[in-house]
Amino acid sequence: MKARGYLPILMLALVLAGVEQLTSWTSTVYFLTQMTMTTYYALLVIGLCLVMGYAGQISLGHAGFFAIGGYTSAVLTTFDLTPLLARGNGAVSLLSAAGLLVSRDNLYGETLLSVNPWLACVTAIILTIVIAFFIGIPVLKLKGHYLAMATLGFGIIIYRVALATEIFGEADGISDVPGFPLLPGVIVSGDFSNRVQNYYIACVLLLIGFALLQNLIDSRVGRALRAIHGSEEAANAMGVDTARYKLYTFVLSAVYAAIAGIFLTHYNGGIGPSEAGIMKSVRYVAIVAIGGMANLWGALVMAGLLNFLSLRGMFGSYDDAVFGVILIVIMLFAPQGLLRLQLWHLFKKSPRDS
Amino acid sequence: MTSQLFFQYLFAGITYGSIYAIVAIGFNIIYNTTGIINFAQGEFVMLGGMIAISLHAMLPLPLAIGLAVIITMVIGALIEIIFIRWLQNPSVLRMIIITIGLSILIREAALHLWGEGVRSLPYFNGNEISTIRILDTNISPQVLWVIAVCAIIVALLSLFFRFTSLGQEMRACAANRLAATLCGISTKNMVTFSFMLSAGIGALAGCVVSPITYTQYDGGTPLAIKGFTVAVLGGLGNSMAAVMAGLLLGIIESFSVSVVPLAFQDAISIALLLTILFVRPHGLFGSKEAAGLKEF
Repeated sequence: MKARGYLPILMLALVLAGVEQLTSWTSTVYFLTQMTMTTYYALLVIGLCLVMGYAGQISLGHAGFFAIGGYTSAVLTTFDLTPLLARGNGAVSLLSAAGLLVSRDNLYGETLLSVNPWLACVTAIILTIVIAFFIGIPVLKLKGHYLAMATLGFGIIIYRVALATEIFGEADGISDVPGFPLLPGVIVSGDFSNRVQNYYIACVLLLIGFALLQNLIDSRVGRALRAIHGSEEAANAMGVDTARYKLYTFVLSAVYAAIAGIFLTHYNGGIGPSEAGIMKSVRYVAIVAIGGMANLWGALVMAGLLNFLSLRGMFGSYDDAVFGVILIVIMLFAPQGLLRLQLWHLFKKSPRDS
Repeated sequence: MTSQLFFQYLFAGITYGSIYAIVAIGFNIIYNTTGIINFAQGEFVMLGGMIAISLHAMLPLPLAIGLAVIITMVIGALIEIIFIRWLQNPSVLRMIIITIGLSILIREAALHLWGEGVRSLPYFNGNEISTIRILDTNISPQVLWVIAVCAIIVALLSLFFRFTSLGQEMRACAANRLAATLCGISTKNMVTFSFMLSAGIGALAGCVVSPITYTQYDGGTPLAIKGFTVAVLGGLGNSMAAVMAGLLLGIIESFSVSVVPLAFQDAISIALLLTILFVRPHGLFGSKEAAGLKEF
């Protein structure tokens, strides 16, 4: 990407910082909690945008990857290893000797010995890559309805497993997840004293993720993906290894979802099975659709707007219905997304691609 | 496993299997005329049950069920006319998203209309504890109702498609849309009919099964996924194979209860769906050559 391409991202950084300043002036700092969560969800959405918009593959199972990341990290950082260490379990002793275990006091004053958040984070990401890889190989051979149903099925299996497994806390989920110290003094947690800091952590993560994707899309890979979206057969005939590109983007977007899951779980201090639900996946698809499918900026803006409104409870008990209506209205009247409506041309006469 | 337990599981499997088969046939009817999968198919089953329960408060049972089926058919037709009829060559992705959106809307509407509570129609004969002895096992008469109604639906549908002029026109539309149009068949009306038909049979199935499985606003999605599994298992578009596949899935599911926890029962059918999609996407009974011509 040319240096000029980073300018919009710099602008975005300024806007995000400006929002924080605005909340501190108007003493509405409490908005930052939802904004931080929104930012993590936005990270997932731009990852999904890569798969849906650019590679043209629908995924109705991205909440599953979010849950895999979040739950893995949550289990590893809350599971008490003290009894295992006392029994002389080899693997646990090795981790302990390597200094990868941390001890802390839980709510009841008991001392817990659990895995270092960094190790938990890396494990969660590796696990996500492995699962996405092995799911992706067969699933991405499918198209249309079959692909939609297969990814939906994957999401439901993850949901069911989270709901029915004791170690994942069944319907209650996992709570009391400790903070994630990224650097000395920089910690991902939901403490009120860390609110501003955490907002910036989320923003930096989103900006990095966004810049990486923008770069990818402007590269050879991005052109290959758009060729696949246009016509898979034609792309194949032109020598694009369609299966490999589809798989890599699928895995990459799964990693984005998992990272969002890991950070949000540490930020919220817990995760529940509803994060893995079908409605969550559908919601992400809705946001990508309203943003205009192959439009990272659209996805980002819509993810910010809609998730924030939803988290603030603006839609009340019609939360899911709102996203259903959005899906239908956008797909009926503006399948190119809200930002690419034909009305747009009334204001702007420049020739636009597609 | 004692023979009594075996037959108990078998009957439970056949009961659920017949419902899955009906949902799968609903998928197939719409798929055949339009080439799209209606993700809101399970919601028709839920709607049928819910409307019949509400009507039963003031009408006798047969009338309530009949009216519920008709109302659901009207809803099905309206959905097609409002959301689908006027779209020109919509892409598969677009149709998937629209029908998913519809299923969410119907579900949310049901939630606000009928609340979160579990409801059910009364048993058609007797009550919860009345049983009939067949093959050394006690089964509820409602089970026979479900099996009989599903069998009648399947039989009537195959007669309808074979012998009535409307049925033949719908089949013509499924075989070749352009040719059907050239023969003077209004393909757009056929699509509306197919939505009405699958809404109607879904609603009827929802009514007969309501006393056993109960009706709840969010009961549609799991049914839709299982119905889709069955439709794929039999080969998409093939309604007779869907019956076999439905019974197969129902029986597998009910016997799986003795091996894996109940919470994973849904996971089994989905795992089966994924396996079939990966290994034989044209279905157990479908032919590979025919599947190659379709667009998945």
